[in-house]
Amino acid sequence: MIDRGLFRSAGFRFGAIYALLLALSATALALFLWWATAGLLDRQTEAAINADAQGLSERWADGGLPALVVTIEDRLAQNIDDDAIYLLTDANMKRIAGNLASWPPSVTTAGPWYELRVMRAGIRSLASVQRYELPGGFHLLIGRDVQVRAQLRALLTDALLWAAIVVILMATVGALVVRNLFRRTLANISTTAAAIAGGDFAKRVRLTGRGDEFDQVAEVINEMLDRIGRLMDGVRQVSNAIAHDLRTPITRARTRLEDAALHAETPDDLRAAIERAIMDLDGIVGVFQALLRIAEIEAGSRRSSFARLDIVPLLAEVADLYDALAEERGIVLKVETPPAVPAYGDKAMIQQAIANLVDNAMKFSPEGGTVQLKVSVSSMVFIAVSDQGPGIPPAEREKATNRFYRGESSRSTPGSGLGLSLVLAVAHLHGGDLRLEDNNPGLRAILTLPLPDEAEARRSAALAAPPLAAPSLAVPPSLTAPSDRPL
Amino acid sequence: MRILVVEDDKDVAGFVVRGLREAGHVVEHADNGRDGLFLAASEAFDAVILDRMLPGGIDGLKILETLRGQKNTVPVLILSALAEVDDRVKGLKAGSDDYLTKPFAFAELLARVEALNRRGKGEGPVTKLVVEDLELDLLSRQVKRAGQKIDLQPREFRLLEYLMRHAGQVVTRTMLLEGVWDYHFDPQTNVIDVHVSRLRQKVDKPFPTGLIHTVRNAGYMLRAEQP
Repeated sequence: MIDRGLFRSAGFRFGAIYALLLALSATALALFLWWATAGLLDRQTEAAINADAQGLSERWADGGLPALVVTIEDRLAQNIDDDAIYLLTDANMKRIAGNLASWPPSVTTAGPWYELRVMRAGIRSLASVQRYELPGGFHLLIGRDVQVRAQLRALLTDALLWAAIVVILMATVGALVVRNLFRRTLANISTTAAAIAGGDFAKRVRLTGRGDEFDQVAEVINEMLDRIGRLMDGVRQVSNAIAHDLRTPITRARTRLEDAALHAETPDDLRAAIERAIMDLDGIVGVFQALLRIAEIEAGSRRSSFARLDIVPLLAEVADLYDALAEERGIVLKVETPPAVPAYGDKAMIQQAIANLVDNAMKFSPEGGTVQLKVSVSSMVFIAVSDQGPGIPPAEREKATNRFYRGESSRSTPGSGLGLSLVLAVAHLHGGDLRLEDNNPGLRAILTLPLPDEAEARRSAALAAPPLAAPSLAVPPSLTAPSDRPL
Repeated sequence: MRILVVEDDKDVAGFVVRGLREAGHVVEHADNGRDGLFLAASEAFDAVILDRMLPGGIDGLKILETLRGQKNTVPVLILSALAEVDDRVKGLKAGSDDYLTKPFAFAELLARVEALNRRGKGEGPVTKLVVEDLELDLLSRQVKRAGQKIDLQPREFRLLEYLMRHAGQVVTRTMLLEGVWDYHFDPQTNVIDVHVSRLRQKVDKPFPTGLIHTVRNAGYMLRAEQP
């Protein structure tokens, strides 16, 4: 990922951005420094010359030429720094007063600033001058020796050049450091991803413990990997279960058919064997359909059919379906609900989930026992179905919702072992859960669903940002936690 | 009944065609969508059994939509391996009268096709169903047998109504679950059998002859005792 060309590397890009920013700020700093030093000196010189010109022009106005000449000579005499330059000439450019030998030929007009080499007291020097025209054809040149300033400027330029080199070096080193930091942080994630791609699913992104953004990304990735891991476990579990639980009835059907083909003596024997084999196959188909239905629910595609509904009529219908069976088995089917329990979800699915729970309770309830269907509403909707059957030992409850789970005590009862898995899938799809508790004796299965307002809000949110994956059956719900629910 | 079977799988088609003929129906068979659509549109059938995934560029849904688009109201049963709830909804929305998923039991298919025929005729508003000496009044919600009033729970009434509407036809447990309870899944326990047996207690037991018969490996049938 990193060696795929320098310019496509994000690490390089970040390094380059760092270097560019550093260079830009260094340049800005240098420009300011220049302006604050060399520029300041320039401005000071200009101001001094302007002030001089002002003074001299006043003198001219007061006393005419003689006064001006005296003033120039005075000023030259009083100039301690020896940097003032004056030259007063007549109309023929003949020197009258000043410290320059002759009028510099390049200074032709009044107004602009001239920077020129001058010869003063036998020393070549650099001067900044301006020309003024006086009435009567006299010309005045006022200037300052700027040799020192030029030296300073050269010094400053040198310093800034060196600084530029240092900045370039620093930017390069900094860019490399940034790039390596970036690369190292990503390498942590990318080696993990590569290891997982290579099959080592136990690998996780190392956390630095600083709790920074990279740690957050790492945590999210780790959570995702955990989730994928659980999904994979679920799939593995299902394939194992298919291999085991479907192999048995398939083997039985096959054996029956083969046995009939080899040993059946009468057409009736043969027919009976075939019919039994068909029944076995129907059972297998039933298991497949249940599996597909669970997969369909887990995929979450049915969310589109969610609507507000009342749980009570659903329960009444389920009770209506099962009360005949209860009566026949001498079981008391008790239904206890508030007058109305609003919820939000898929009617058929919730009904099937409740029917599965009742079906289960009926199957395991002893004769003369009570199966109770009770609904209550507090922070959630609680649908509890309890029986007085053998129950599920606490250690096994967590596994009970896994696909194909069959309690040790229930191996002999018919069923695919998919009923509770389906209920859990429905619960998860609706943002609820399934908990199994002790009914002393028996089992109490509690299907929780969120309140309709909450569920609807959650669904809108889910539609706006689809979840990474549907909730998995293989996730063991917190079944062992003691419950403080009002049920 | 004259039935069209549109099914590309040779084994399944052969089995269905043979079974339907044995049950006394006249059967035409098309093994691709094009022929199927042609036959269904050009000839009159009492029912069409339609596979969804067909070769020949025209799938079952397309055939169904075309037929319905031409105001052809022939009863259609979709027979498909696409078993998800959404597939079923799609099929019914496209205008099919029933939806059966593969694999299927032939008895179930036969029962549903024969039930389709009855539905297709659209017998108009009926106020009273009569089979032999059993009478069911849909308006007063009363049931009488041999002039004697029978008290039924509302659900038992609807169960009996369903059986009587399909009198002389096999009605499977799944059909009852769908038709009477509107449930589209199979309970693991034999709830339907219990309901039927309860109904029998009231409708058949006190009388010399039974009307509700169990059809082995298929379901139930309400009919007069064979002479």
